[in-house]
Amino acid sequence: MSAREEILRRVRAANAAAGQPAPPRVPRDYRIGGDHPAGHPELVRRLSARLGDYRAGVVPTAGPSAPEVGAAVRAALTLAGVGAADPVLVPPGLPDGWCPQGIVDDAFAASVLGGFAAVVTGCAAACAETGTLALDGSPGQGRRALTLVPDRHVCVVRAEQVVATVPELLARLDPGRPLTLVSGPSATSDIELHRVEGVHGPRTLVVVLVAPPPPAFPPAREPRPGVEKRHQT
Amino acid sequence: MAAGSRATFLGVPRILGLAGRDGGRGGADGGGGPGGARAGRPAPAGSGFLSGDRPFPDAAREALGDTQLRRNLAHATGTIRAKRARVVAELDDWEELRTAGEAVKRATLARLDEHLVRLEEEVTARGGQVHWARDAAEANSIVTELVRATGQREVVKVKSMATQEIGLNEALAAAGLTVHETDLAELIVQLGHDRPSHIVAPALHRNRGEIREIFLREIPGVDPRLRAEPRDLADTARAHLRQTFLRAKVAVSGANAAVAETGTLCVVESEGNGRMCLTLPETLITVMGIEKVVPTWRDLEIYLQLLPRSATGERMNPYTSTWAGVTPGDGPRNVHLVLLDNGRTATLADPVGRDALHCIKCGACLNICPVYQRVGGHAYGSVYPGPIGAILSPQLTGVERNASLPYASSLCGACAEVCPVRIDIPSILVRLRAEHVEERSRARVPSAEALAMAAGAWVMSDAGRFAAAGRAGRLGRALGRRRGRVSTLPPPLSAWTASRDAPRPPEETFRDWWSRTRAPRDGQARHNPTAPDDPTGREGPTAPDDRRARRARRARHDQETR
Repeated sequence: MSAREEILRRVRAANAAAGQPAPPRVPRDYRIGGDHPAGHPELVRRLSARLGDYRAGVVPTAGPSAPEVGAAVRAALTLAGVGAADPVLVPPGLPDGWCPQGIVDDAFAASVLGGFAAVVTGCAAACAETGTLALDGSPGQGRRALTLVPDRHVCVVRAEQVVATVPELLARLDPGRPLTLVSGPSATSDIELHRVEGVHGPRTLVVVLVAPPPPAFPPAREPRPGVEKRHQT
Repeated sequence: MAAGSRATFLGVPRILGLAGRDGGRGGADGGGGPGGARAGRPAPAGSGFLSGDRPFPDAAREALGDTQLRRNLAHATGTIRAKRARVVAELDDWEELRTAGEAVKRATLARLDEHLVRLEEEVTARGGQVHWARDAAEANSIVTELVRATGQREVVKVKSMATQEIGLNEALAAAGLTVHETDLAELIVQLGHDRPSHIVAPALHRNRGEIREIFLREIPGVDPRLRAEPRDLADTARAHLRQTFLRAKVAVSGANAAVAETGTLCVVESEGNGRMCLTLPETLITVMGIEKVVPTWRDLEIYLQLLPRSATGERMNPYTSTWAGVTPGDGPRNVHLVLLDNGRTATLADPVGRDALHCIKCGACLNICPVYQRVGGHAYGSVYPGPIGAILSPQLTGVERNASLPYASSLCGACAEVCPVRIDIPSILVRLRAEHVEERSRARVPSAEALAMAAGAWVMSDAGRFAAAGRAGRLGRALGRRRGRVSTLPPPLSAWTASRDAPRPPEETFRDWWSRTRAPRDGQARHNPTAPDDPTGREGPTAPDDRRARRARRARHDQETR
């Protein structure tokens, strides 16, 4: 008997020995939808606050146009410590104007990716309550290695991509695609269960929020107009 | 069926598999042999790093003597408990999530065969290859052959309990392959020639100073001025592993879940070492216990809320990766999934104990457990320590190979309260204790405990014997005069005081005190306490006088004991 056949036989025998339990109905009375529809300013504000808790930077744009996003991306790169002459990586399909100086990925080897100061991408969706960005590798996001090897990641999130809850986030994603959920910069709690940001993944994450500036930022979270800096590495 | 025949092709004639088992400890008991089966159960036990070489009490005693270890444990578990409590309190639907998480696992196991077959179909349809491993040795052989087939000599690894369980690192090393653990804690364990002590943070027993020492000793070229700061230590690990990641061609991972309907595998992590391993190499081999499958993509919405909050006290872990088979131009071109039994089907056969397979390996029960907090993970012997280990390990190996673990608990129930999938750990512990006792009595091995219980039953079944035994206990007043506690009783009672103090027996037994002070009046009252024609004219034990007397007695007692 092959291992496959034997394990399946054992599973059936075990369920029989345990009295053939019937599968219970799964009660899904936990929260599915959030308190606001996708893109609501309150969700954008919440996402921004959660990202701050993870010590990610947040840069809101002045408006939704490509030049306005481009200006915020430049500010985000500066915030991340990227100089004007440093090489910046972008995935194929990034909207025109978001990062004009970017060098488009051309199946670069991993060691080449490591030579870039930063990568600029979009995302597939974001979850406000957990401060999570989801990337699915479609145009404008690139293959998974792009947002992993460079030390700084600037991610552009459009307001309408922001949902409240984890169930809403997963409902927007295609499980057939390679997905990466990112919640802040890489971190570890392995030393005395004490959280430290910045291990193997990008040590700096800055999120560009494409939205009209949220109406009510807590003052402490706005050190200067337009640019919010939470973390220096 | 292609996958099934591939597994056979890969090798593993059973006899070779058995020969290779020495990679792991505790290989004495056969995964295939009938000797490993739980009595009357349809599947054999698992093998690998699932039991220690000595009983829990012996290992625990040594751990309790290590004050540094106890300080490290208290600090780390205290930190994580506070963080977990904070983020769990944020969700007002936490209980609904737990209930749903439990129901999905229960429903999955009830149809486990169907979900595994579906998972295999979906992974295969998306370009992945599925292998099946009956036990640790077979899984190790499959992985070793897959690595050899690539021609590579080096493997990068994502932290995984399944591969720890089967002793994969040891098996690969025995085959002449170099294994790099890339999770910071696993790296600390590997460089320290140590064993993991926690299922989420395997180096929890080490503090920052000890970690600095290990890095200075084991990593070539580390600046001796390295500070014992988590930030600096993490940077050292980053620099050390960077080139390894960039050149790696083969990676081995575990999986937190696999979605049957889509063939999607999921790894939850923090550092990005997981992403490095899952993304950069050409070949990815994932070893996953068969109980990790979930039926639908939607089910992940439950566990991606329960797991990070329970495990590290975060709203979400920094990185979660999912992949379904092979995606051209993105990530590994050769994707393998090894489905591991290793005692899981034996566990599944128990109508109560099977709930241990619901575990999502968050570690919350370890962090809350008063026993784990004091003795740490090594004392449990198995890679699965703490309360969940105490119910999982004996079931995977058969209770005879982990006989002391079901007793490694005070049954306080804190573990069941924090468990994100509501596993009733205390009930399973009690069941395993019963199973152990039954096995001993079947084998006619009288234990000191069984003898004591039999003697106790004889004494307590007769009022005269019980009273005499109580008075005999007063002889013990010769002991413990100074502190009012007896720290060492003579044998055979010394077994009790080996790890506990016994109170000094009182001058008078309760029964003697009762008959001296209360028996004549209350003896009457007891017969008919509220009868209106009570010949004594008293109203029974709640008469005001009586209450006053009782209060006075209590006050006197309080004063004496203060």
